[in-house]
Amino acid sequence: MNGEKPRLRWRLREAGLDGVTLLVLPGVLFVLALFIYPFLYGLGLSFHPAKGDWLANYRRFFSDPFLWRTIPTTLLIAAPVTVLNVVLSVPVALRVRRMRRQRLLTTILVIPITLGTVMVAEGLLTYLGPRGWLNRTLILFGIASGPVHLVHNYWGVMLSLLISGFPFTFLLTLSYVTGIDPSLEQAGAMLGARARQRFRHILLPLLAPGLAITLALAFVQAFTVFPSAILVGDPAGATRVISIAAYQAAYEQFDYSLASAIAMLMAGVQVVIIVALLGARSLLFRGPASSGKG
Amino acid sequence: MPKSLQERLWALAVWALVAFFVVNLLAMIAAVLVNSFGTRWFNTWLPAGFTTQWYAFAWNEFGLPSILWVTVEVVGAVVVLSGLIGVPTAYAMARRSFPGRQAVMFLFLLPLLVPPITYGIPLATVLYQARLAGTIWGVILANLVPSVPFVILIMIPFVEQIDPRVEAAARVFGAGTGRLFVQVLVPLLTPGILAALLLVLVRTIAMFELTFLTAGSDSQTLVVALYYAVFAAGVRPGQSIDAMAVVYMVTTLIWLLIALRFVNPTQIVTRAKQ
Repeated sequence: MNGEKPRLRWRLREAGLDGVTLLVLPGVLFVLALFIYPFLYGLGLSFHPAKGDWLANYRRFFSDPFLWRTIPTTLLIAAPVTVLNVVLSVPVALRVRRMRRQRLLTTILVIPITLGTVMVAEGLLTYLGPRGWLNRTLILFGIASGPVHLVHNYWGVMLSLLISGFPFTFLLTLSYVTGIDPSLEQAGAMLGARARQRFRHILLPLLAPGLAITLALAFVQAFTVFPSAILVGDPAGATRVISIAAYQAAYEQFDYSLASAIAMLMAGVQVVIIVALLGARSLLFRGPASSGKG
Repeated sequence: MPKSLQERLWALAVWALVAFFVVNLLAMIAAVLVNSFGTRWFNTWLPAGFTTQWYAFAWNEFGLPSILWVTVEVVGAVVVLSGLIGVPTAYAMARRSFPGRQAVMFLFLLPLLVPPITYGIPLATVLYQARLAGTIWGVILANLVPSVPFVILIMIPFVEQIDPRVEAAARVFGAGTGRLFVQVLVPLLTPGILAALLLVLVRTIAMFELTFLTAGSDSQTLVVALYYAVFAAGVRPGQSIDAMAVVYMVTTLIWLLIALRFVNPTQIVTRAKQ
């Protein structure tokens, strides 16, 4: 054993670097090669337009109403449905938490997530169509006089995002709600707080950080709505969302540079919203949601 | 706690909401199922008669045998490869704290947080440059991007549950890292690996965006073929599209039922909560 080598090895091991640590390399290299590199490549490509200077793609996006209007159009779909999903999830999750046989309900709710948006779109086309069961029921009970148009427009996309989005926000909220120690609420009840007061002053503050994350994740999902905007929406008009613009640039005009620019703008809007939501989260209460005694 | 009338009404309203959602969801699935077996269905609650001819039609017209085979190949390759890359990485992440571990963790979280359509377009561009897009390997590589980090993040808590003294004992008896994996860790981690890979399987069958952006005409999976069928509705009878939708639904839900024997439904949206 001559001096230097073993000591270096020993020092590296002390810092947590040894043969076992090298096992992270396949995973890290994979993500670098197939996620980080394509993203940076796309970012670079977006500054090399087919014609014009380096900002030509971005200037084109913001000067062509057919392109920039996709951002307000997408926000108009994604923001209301995300808020609705999260607002509906909270009371349902608080109620389901006390249920003994949760598993059946959570299993039913996980079905639309598993089936995916394409299948939900086909289901909605059959179920909500002018001759579908829902319209027949509405007419039978005299709620509507004729078939209500619920597909191939804004409402079709909203409903598809509700069906696949609500289970997602609900299951996420449920996992945050079950992390709150019930004895905290019982203590409030013992001191005379009514259900509404317990929610307002005990549950909501504890739940708020989790809800901020749920809101961010659900929004990002809704903002990138793609197959349902084409299949149950009005892809040339009211539901021409930003992902359709990116897809058309790449696969119909073969302008990969513009498509990359749109993808980068899509990522940019997501980052802005997430940073805003998580920034708001840091202002909220952050502390143990379980009681003091472990 | 005595319950006031107001609280009872509130509880009733919440349950009514849940029931309304579940009833519509099940009715939507039932509508597809009934339509796929129906002969003609106009202004009535149920079709005029029942037949299985649309399944034969979908089987031949949409080329279902080859689509199903491609789906099996893609999903199989993604499950095996994400396990081979993900499990050793998760082991190292769980057992070592090295400088930059936080950054590596963030690197693995990113592909799960960024929606597929956002990174799918640049990824497809790179795969086209490498002449991989349009082939089955392009589809497999694209589907591995969210699957590998998913396996890693699910496996980390499972590795952390194993007592490190078990590994230390194996090392004392002279096992190298390879043997440690095959003879000690993999048997102990089997429940976790099974859960992670089943979730990857269910997610890959339903992964539309990445497959859609990278698949060629002979490397479509079932969900992409279903999209094209719905997109070109009107070319073929609606019942045959619903027959194909039922084939897709059955394929997905069988694996979901198997997966739910090993995982909790909430784990499909959140990472394993341990």
